[in-house]
Amino acid sequence: MDEGRKIGEVILDLKNISLRFGGVNALTDISFDVRQHEIRAIIGPNGAGKSSMLNVINGVYRPQEGEIVYLGKHRHDMDTYEAAKSGIARTFQNIALFKGMTVLDNIMTGRNLKMKSNFLLDALYWGPAQREEIAHRRKVEEIIDFLEIQHIRKTPVGRLPYGLQKRVELARALAAEPSILLLDEPMAGMNVEEKQDMCRFILDVNDQLGTTIVLIEHDMGVVMDISDRVVVLDYGRKIADGTPDEVRSNQDVIDAYLGVAH
Amino acid sequence: MFYRESGQFKATYAEDSEIFPIRQDKIGIAVILAIAFLGIPLLAKTGFLSDYAFTAILTPFLIFSLAALGLNILTGYAGQLSLGTAAFMAVGAFASYNFMLRIDGMPILVAFILGGLCAAAVGIIFGLPSIRIRGFYLAAATLATQFFIVWCLTKVGWFTNYSSSGVITAQKIMMFGYTFDTSFSKYLFVLSVVSVMALLAKNMVRTNVGRSWMAIRDMDMAAEVIGFRPVRTKLMAFAVSSFYCGVAGALFAYAYLGTVEPEGFNLDLSFRILFMIIIGGVGSILGSFLGSAFIVLLPILLNMFTHFLDSSIGVDVPSGIASSIELMVFGAMIIFFLIVEPHGLARLWQIGKEKLRLWPFPH
Ligand SMILES: Nc1ncnc2c1ncn2[C@@H]1O[C@H](COP(=O)(O)OP(=O)(O)OP(=O)(O)O)[C@@H](O)[C@H]1O
Ligand SMILES: [Mg+2]
Repeated sequence: MDEGRKIGEVILDLKNISLRFGGVNALTDISFDVRQHEIRAIIGPNGAGKSSMLNVINGVYRPQEGEIVYLGKHRHDMDTYEAAKSGIARTFQNIALFKGMTVLDNIMTGRNLKMKSNFLLDALYWGPAQREEIAHRRKVEEIIDFLEIQHIRKTPVGRLPYGLQKRVELARALAAEPSILLLDEPMAGMNVEEKQDMCRFILDVNDQLGTTIVLIEHDMGVVMDISDRVVVLDYGRKIADGTPDEVRSNQDVIDAYLGVAH
Repeated sequence: MFYRESGQFKATYAEDSEIFPIRQDKIGIAVILAIAFLGIPLLAKTGFLSDYAFTAILTPFLIFSLAALGLNILTGYAGQLSLGTAAFMAVGAFASYNFMLRIDGMPILVAFILGGLCAAAVGIIFGLPSIRIRGFYLAAATLATQFFIVWCLTKVGWFTNYSSSGVITAQKIMMFGYTFDTSFSKYLFVLSVVSVMALLAKNMVRTNVGRSWMAIRDMDMAAEVIGFRPVRTKLMAFAVSSFYCGVAGALFAYAYLGTVEPEGFNLDLSFRILFMIIIGGVGSILGSFLGSAFIVLLPILLNMFTHFLDSSIGVDVPSGIASSIELMVFGAMIIFFLIVEPHGLARLWQIGKEKLRLWPFPH
């Protein structure tokens, strides 16, 4: 299925990241890397620090210690704008759509960094502004087709069921044509059928668009199925890192998961 | 049955991205513009509309609509609550006055635009707190703006050209050798300005700048993560909003009051405009007009009603009570809309349209 996809060089390297909130050690000395075109999963029990990890990668949180190497550039921490500008897009564990806007407008916001028009041209909706708006609309429609959400285009997102909202959020992230896509539990709260659809979309994005994916997911079946490498966190520490098979047979991982009542 | 978009297929994104993609809306807008620009002038010419209709209803309705539109950009679209609308209007009015006064041969339209730009600059400065604070605290900060600016305009003589009373007569509105001095011509002048600015606002809110405002309003963290700059976006909203309020303030002074005075722009006016967008619809261009119409018309209708009671049934309503009734109706309406329909009359209109789309079949 993924014969066209070649896993490449390391494009994101996280070194010795530590993040604290007051007395809480959310992340302790974590290192791992992400290679181009791969699907990299982050798993771990609740509160392990998975979401915090994504937040560090795109600059929502600033770690106290560590280094982030992205596309060859060394940084102590990321800046959200920098991250977006350099091709990191994401979805959130608790859907973070713009509730008052339609599906179409939500996805259009994903293209804002590619727009050159300014508010004066926008106000006149003239010449370049109009052409630009329509060109971006065309791109957004491709994404809408890809994710099969044509029928809800003009619906305010607040009125959509949960599963579709998650899909729209993915669409908004894809609209930025990211090189790395961070997905925080994209299948949480979905039924089996919705999960299958979402899985297919993630694989298609990775396969057809070549997008590198960092994925947090609790459904072990899904994780083991689709990811190339898995990093396992527990209480803010990394306890395992490797292929799904390696991770599955790792004793620490088994203990961590058994140790938590599931 | 009559309001249907089915059967209207869009072949291109350009068509679908038109300002009014649904044919009935297009016709509706054309009809409204035709009435405003042709119908009303005809009625005036034939004597059906008195001066009173222009000075007390139509012109203030348009000017308040513009101010409400300005506030709606800031509060409705960008989600930044403001109680300083009248202050930004005052800046627009006083700046225009001073440009007219101090620069020979200054065209009035340019003075209004410069006045709007001054208001925008002041808006940016007083919008700075929005970088850090929001909601109630921001409202309190804008309240301070309101008092500070009116105080400044009263205390610093230069702004009022050292007029002893503080009340200055506004210069005449003259363009291309024509003087807009009748109530009718002032109406046309205001109508033109408001139509153009409403069009520009509609374009802004449906393109990237408008989406950036709404994104910041709905979920600022996500907006930042996809690349909108919160500070720039908020200050832009303050600037554009204040520009609209500034021009509205200039029109208020020049085409409605005929005078420029700080007291004309008090907190009361700020609240009135806030009520307009609450009743008309927060985050809606149409709502700005509906809210303004409502607040301009309500006292007039209530007045007619008490007159009617007086003349037909002989119930004499003391004027004090009439104005209390007005306040009570306002209060009730505002509470109603805040609780039941936070998107105001515009939303009710929208729901009506959706019903019409299905009518007469419920499903
Ligand atoms: N903004 C914050 N302020 C304070 N503590 C935080 C913050 N964000 C995360 N934490 C703490 O950091 C730890 C890790 O949280 P995180 O959300 O990263 O876990 P997670 O692995 O994503 O868990 P879940 O599976 O429940 O989503 C938790 O103890 C959490 O309480
Ligand atoms: Mg999480």
